[in-house]
Amino acid sequence: MESIALTEAVFYILISMEQPIHGYGIMQSVEKMSGGRVKLAAGTLYGALSSLVDKKWIIALPSEENSRKKEYQITDLGKAAAAAELRRLKELVKNGEAVAGGWDNDKNGI
Amino acid sequence: MAERKTVRKWFWVWDFEKEEQWLNAMAQSGWVLDRLGFCTYHFVSCEAGEYTVRLEMREHDEDYIRFMEETGAEYIGRMVKWIFFRKKAELGEFDIFSDIDSRIEHLNKIGQLLLLVCVANVLIGMGNVASPVNMSWLNLLCAAFLSYGLGRIHGKKEALEKERLLRE
Repeated sequence: MESIALTEAVFYILISMEQPIHGYGIMQSVEKMSGGRVKLAAGTLYGALSSLVDKKWIIALPSEENSRKKEYQITDLGKAAAAAELRRLKELVKNGEAVAGGWDNDKNGI
Repeated sequence: MAERKTVRKWFWVWDFEKEEQWLNAMAQSGWVLDRLGFCTYHFVSCEAGEYTVRLEMREHDEDYIRFMEETGAEYIGRMVKWIFFRKKAELGEFDIFSDIDSRIEHLNKIGQLLLLVCVANVLIGMGNVASPVNMSWLNLLCAAFLSYGLGRIHGKKEALEKERLLRE
Protein backbone atom coordinates (compact mmCIF):
# COMPACT_ATOMS: atom_id res chain seq x y z
CA MET A 1 0.00 0.00 0.00
CA GLU A 2 1.25 3.44 -0.92
CA SER A 3 2.41 5.31 2.11
CA ILE A 4 0.26 8.41 2.36
CA ALA A 5 -0.95 10.45 5.28
CA LEU A 6 -4.68 10.33 5.77
CA THR A 7 -6.39 13.54 6.71
CA GLU A 8 -7.51 13.81 10.30
CA ALA A 9 -11.12 13.79 9.16
CA VAL A 10 -10.68 10.58 7.15
CA PHE A 11 -8.87 8.79 9.98
CA TYR A 12 -11.57 9.69 12.48
CA ILE A 13 -14.32 8.75 10.05
CA LEU A 14 -12.74 5.33 9.49
CA ILE A 15 -12.32 4.52 13.17
CA SER A 16 -15.88 5.57 13.96
CA MET A 17 -17.27 2.93 11.61
CA GLU A 18 -16.58 -0.45 13.12
CA GLN A 19 -20.33 -0.82 13.59
CA PRO A 20 -22.81 0.44 10.99
CA ILE A 21 -23.34 4.14 11.55
CA HIS A 22 -25.18 6.97 9.79
CA GLY A 23 -23.77 10.36 8.87
CA TYR A 24 -24.93 12.33 11.86
CA GLY A 25 -23.74 9.51 14.12
CA ILE A 26 -20.25 9.86 12.64
CA MET A 27 -20.22 13.60 13.36
CA GLN A 28 -21.27 13.01 16.97
CA SER A 29 -18.90 10.11 17.50
CA VAL A 30 -15.88 12.00 16.13
CA GLU A 31 -16.64 15.07 18.20
CA LYS A 32 -16.94 12.92 21.33
CA MET A 33 -13.79 10.88 20.64
CA SER A 34 -11.74 14.04 20.13
CA GLY A 35 -13.10 15.71 23.25
CA GLY A 36 -14.95 18.29 21.18
CA ARG A 37 -11.88 19.30 19.18
CA VAL A 38 -12.83 17.84 15.78
CA LYS A 39 -16.19 19.01 14.49
CA LEU A 40 -16.83 17.56 11.05
CA ALA A 41 -19.03 19.78 8.93
CA ALA A 42 -21.74 17.97 7.00
CA GLY A 43 -20.59 18.98 3.52
CA THR A 44 -17.03 17.91 4.20
CA LEU A 45 -18.24 14.61 5.66
CA TYR A 46 -20.53 13.97 2.70
CA GLY A 47 -17.66 14.46 0.27
CA ALA A 48 -15.33 12.25 2.31
CA LEU A 49 -17.93 9.46 2.53
CA SER A 50 -18.46 9.35 -1.22
CA SER A 51 -14.69 9.30 -1.85
CA LEU A 52 -14.27 6.51 0.70
CA VAL A 53 -17.07 4.49 -0.89
CA ASP A 54 -15.36 4.96 -4.29
CA LYS A 55 -12.10 3.70 -2.81
CA LYS A 56 -13.98 0.75 -1.27
CA TRP A 57 -12.63 1.61 2.18
CA ILE A 58 -16.22 1.77 3.39
CA ILE A 59 -19.54 0.52 2.08
CA ALA A 60 -22.95 2.10 2.14
CA LEU A 61 -25.35 -0.45 3.63
CA PRO A 62 -28.72 -1.04 2.02
CA SER A 63 -31.07 1.15 4.03
CA GLU A 64 -33.63 -0.51 6.26
CA GLU A 65 -37.25 -0.29 5.28
CA ASN A 66 -38.53 2.24 7.76
CA SER A 67 -35.34 4.29 7.90
CA ARG A 68 -34.33 6.88 5.35
CA LYS A 69 -30.93 7.27 6.93
CA LYS A 70 -28.09 5.67 5.05
CA GLU A 71 -25.62 3.71 7.13
CA TYR A 72 -21.98 3.03 6.44
CA GLN A 73 -19.45 0.47 7.60
CA ILE A 74 -15.70 0.06 7.22
CA THR A 75 -14.36 -2.70 4.92
CA ASP A 76 -11.21 -4.82 5.33
CA LEU A 77 -9.49 -2.50 2.89
CA GLY A 78 -10.47 0.47 5.03
CA LYS A 79 -9.26 -1.29 8.16
CA ALA A 80 -5.88 -1.88 6.50
CA ALA A 81 -5.67 1.81 5.58
CA ALA A 82 -6.52 2.90 9.12
CA ALA A 83 -4.01 0.43 10.56
CA ALA A 84 -1.28 1.73 8.24
CA GLU A 85 -2.12 5.26 9.28
CA LEU A 86 -1.94 4.25 12.92
CA ARG A 87 1.57 2.89 12.35
CA ARG A 88 2.55 6.17 10.73
CA LEU A 89 1.10 8.15 13.63
CA LYS A 90 2.96 6.00 16.15
CA GLU A 91 6.19 6.70 14.33
CA LEU A 92 5.42 10.43 14.42
CA VAL A 93 4.65 10.25 18.12
CA LYS A 94 7.82 8.28 18.88
CA ASN A 95 10.12 10.63 16.98
CA GLY A 96 8.23 13.67 18.12
CA GLU A 97 8.44 12.66 21.78
CA ALA A 98 12.19 12.12 21.51
CA VAL A 99 12.81 15.64 20.30
CA ALA A 100 9.84 17.85 21.00
CA GLY A 101 8.62 16.07 24.14
CA GLY A 102 10.30 18.63 26.34
CA TRP A 103 8.94 21.57 24.39
CA ASP A 104 5.37 21.03 25.48
CA ASN A 105 4.72 23.73 27.93
CA ASP A 106 1.36 25.32 28.56
CA LYS A 107 3.20 28.51 29.41
CA ASN A 108 3.95 28.85 25.72
CA GLY A 109 0.27 29.41 25.38
CA ILE A 110 -0.20 27.00 22.49
CA MET B 1 -47.80 36.11 14.01
CA ALA B 2 -44.42 36.07 12.34
CA GLU B 3 -43.59 39.14 10.30
CA ARG B 4 -42.21 38.81 6.83
CA LYS B 5 -40.22 40.95 4.50
CA THR B 6 -38.76 40.68 1.04
CA VAL B 7 -35.43 41.99 -0.19
CA ARG B 8 -34.47 42.09 -3.85
CA LYS B 9 -30.78 41.39 -4.10
CA TRP B 10 -28.18 39.45 -5.99
CA PHE B 11 -24.48 38.85 -5.64
CA TRP B 12 -21.38 38.23 -7.72
CA VAL B 13 -20.44 34.59 -7.31
CA TRP B 14 -16.95 35.50 -6.11
CA ASP B 15 -18.53 37.46 -3.25
CA PHE B 16 -20.45 34.46 -1.93
CA GLU B 17 -18.74 34.66 1.46
CA LYS B 18 -19.82 38.27 1.87
CA GLU B 19 -23.36 37.28 0.93
CA GLU B 20 -23.34 34.63 3.63
CA GLN B 21 -22.07 37.15 6.16
CA TRP B 22 -24.86 39.51 5.20
CA LEU B 23 -27.50 36.78 5.59
CA ASN B 24 -26.10 35.98 9.03
CA ALA B 25 -26.09 39.66 9.98
CA MET B 26 -29.78 39.69 8.99
CA ALA B 27 -30.41 36.63 11.21
CA GLN B 28 -28.53 38.37 14.01
CA SER B 29 -30.86 41.35 13.68
CA GLY B 30 -33.98 39.16 13.83
CA TRP B 31 -34.65 38.30 10.18
CA VAL B 32 -33.90 34.82 8.94
CA LEU B 33 -33.98 33.71 5.32
CA ASP B 34 -37.11 31.63 4.74
CA ARG B 35 -37.70 31.37 1.02
CA LEU B 36 -35.92 32.21 -2.22
CA GLY B 37 -37.06 33.64 -5.49
CA PHE B 38 -35.09 34.79 -8.48
CA CYS B 39 -32.84 37.51 -7.06
CA THR B 40 -35.26 37.74 -4.15
CA TYR B 41 -34.86 36.85 -0.51
CA HIS B 42 -37.93 36.32 1.66
CA PHE B 43 -37.21 36.75 5.35
CA VAL B 44 -39.26 35.85 8.38
CA SER B 45 -38.82 37.35 11.84
CA CYS B 46 -36.86 35.29 14.37
CA GLU B 47 -35.10 35.71 17.70
CA ALA B 48 -31.83 37.58 17.22
CA GLY B 49 -29.16 34.97 16.58
CA GLU B 50 -31.61 32.07 16.52
CA TYR B 51 -30.20 30.74 13.25
CA THR B 52 -26.97 30.29 11.32
CA VAL B 53 -27.32 30.52 7.54
CA ARG B 54 -24.98 28.87 5.03
CA LEU B 55 -24.88 28.75 1.26
CA GLU B 56 -23.05 26.57 -1.20
CA MET B 57 -22.73 26.10 -4.95
CA ARG B 58 -23.92 22.60 -5.76
CA GLU B 59 -25.93 20.78 -8.39
CA HIS B 60 -29.34 19.54 -7.32
CA ASP B 61 -28.82 16.47 -5.15
CA GLU B 62 -31.71 15.08 -3.09
CA ASP B 63 -29.40 12.70 -1.31
CA TYR B 64 -27.22 15.57 -0.14
CA ILE B 65 -30.13 17.65 1.07
CA ARG B 66 -31.46 14.68 3.04
CA PHE B 67 -28.00 14.19 4.53
CA MET B 68 -27.85 17.83 5.62
CA GLU B 69 -31.33 17.61 7.11
CA GLU B 70 -30.31 14.57 9.15
CA THR B 71 -27.72 16.77 10.82
CA GLY B 72 -30.33 19.29 11.91
CA ALA B 73 -29.97 21.76 9.03
CA GLU B 74 -33.03 23.01 7.19
CA TYR B 75 -32.98 23.34 3.41
CA ILE B 76 -34.27 26.81 2.52
CA GLY B 77 -34.09 26.65 -1.24
CA ARG B 78 -32.07 27.27 -4.33
CA MET B 79 -31.12 30.35 -6.32
CA VAL B 80 -29.62 29.42 -9.68
CA LYS B 81 -26.63 27.24 -8.72
CA TRP B 82 -26.67 28.09 -5.04
CA ILE B 83 -28.36 26.17 -2.26
CA PHE B 84 -29.16 27.74 1.10
CA PHE B 85 -29.46 26.11 4.50
CA ARG B 86 -30.16 27.33 8.01
CA LYS B 87 -29.73 25.67 11.36
CA LYS B 88 -30.91 26.65 14.82
CA ALA B 89 -27.96 27.92 16.84
CA GLU B 90 -29.12 25.82 19.82
CA LEU B 91 -28.45 22.67 17.76
CA GLY B 92 -24.77 23.54 17.61
CA GLU B 93 -22.29 25.17 15.29
CA PHE B 94 -23.15 25.06 11.63
CA ASP B 95 -20.59 24.97 8.86
CA ILE B 96 -20.74 23.20 5.53
CA PHE B 97 -16.98 22.73 5.25
CA SER B 98 -14.58 21.88 8.05
CA ASP B 99 -11.27 21.43 6.25
CA ILE B 100 -9.16 23.19 3.66
CA ASP B 101 -9.51 20.44 1.04
CA SER B 102 -13.28 20.70 0.84
CA ARG B 103 -13.10 24.51 0.68
CA ILE B 104 -10.66 24.23 -2.22
CA GLU B 105 -12.95 21.76 -3.96
CA HIS B 106 -15.89 24.15 -3.57
CA LEU B 107 -13.84 26.99 -5.09
CA ASN B 108 -12.87 24.65 -7.94
CA LYS B 109 -16.54 24.08 -8.70
CA ILE B 110 -17.22 27.82 -8.76
CA GLY B 111 -14.15 28.40 -10.92
CA GLN B 112 -15.15 25.73 -13.45
CA LEU B 113 -18.59 27.27 -13.87
CA LEU B 114 -17.16 30.77 -14.31
CA LEU B 115 -14.67 29.47 -16.83
CA LEU B 116 -17.40 27.74 -18.82
CA VAL B 117 -19.57 30.86 -19.00
CA CYS B 118 -16.52 32.99 -19.78
CA VAL B 119 -15.41 30.75 -22.68
CA ALA B 120 -18.98 30.63 -24.00
CA ASN B 121 -19.08 34.43 -24.06
CA VAL B 122 -15.77 34.64 -25.90
CA LEU B 123 -16.94 32.12 -28.51
CA ILE B 124 -20.31 33.79 -29.02
CA GLY B 125 -18.59 37.18 -29.16
CA MET B 126 -16.09 36.01 -31.75
CA GLY B 127 -18.76 34.20 -33.75
CA ASN B 128 -20.94 37.30 -34.03
CA VAL B 129 -18.28 39.79 -35.00
CA ALA B 130 -19.47 39.76 -38.61
CA SER B 131 -23.21 39.66 -37.92
CA PRO B 132 -25.31 42.72 -38.87
CA VAL B 133 -26.56 43.41 -35.36
CA ASN B 134 -23.22 43.39 -33.70
CA MET B 135 -23.48 42.64 -30.01
CA SER B 136 -20.05 41.07 -29.80
CA TRP B 137 -18.69 43.84 -27.61
CA LEU B 138 -21.27 42.92 -24.98
CA ASN B 139 -20.16 39.27 -24.90
CA LEU B 140 -16.53 40.24 -24.81
CA LEU B 141 -17.21 42.70 -22.00
CA CYS B 142 -18.97 39.91 -20.09
CA ALA B 143 -16.01 37.63 -20.71
CA ALA B 144 -13.60 40.27 -19.43
CA PHE B 145 -15.68 40.72 -16.30
CA LEU B 146 -15.94 36.97 -15.74
CA SER B 147 -12.16 36.71 -16.09
CA TYR B 148 -11.91 39.18 -13.24
CA GLY B 149 -14.19 36.90 -11.19
CA LEU B 150 -12.08 33.90 -12.10
CA GLY B 151 -9.05 35.76 -10.84
CA ARG B 152 -10.77 36.48 -7.53
CA ILE B 153 -11.72 32.80 -7.07
CA HIS B 154 -8.23 31.72 -8.09
CA GLY B 155 -6.71 34.09 -5.52
CA LYS B 156 -8.84 32.61 -2.74
CA LYS B 157 -7.87 29.12 -3.88
CA GLU B 158 -4.17 29.89 -3.97
CA ALA B 159 -4.26 31.28 -0.44
CA LEU B 160 -5.87 28.04 0.76
CA GLU B 161 -3.45 25.87 -1.19
CA LYS B 162 -0.52 27.66 0.39
CA GLU B 163 -2.01 27.07 3.80
CA ARG B 164 -2.65 23.44 2.88
CA LEU B 165 1.09 22.85 2.43
CA LEU B 166 1.44 23.38 6.15
CA ARG B 167 -1.76 22.06 7.64
CA GLU B 168 -5.11 20.46 6.95
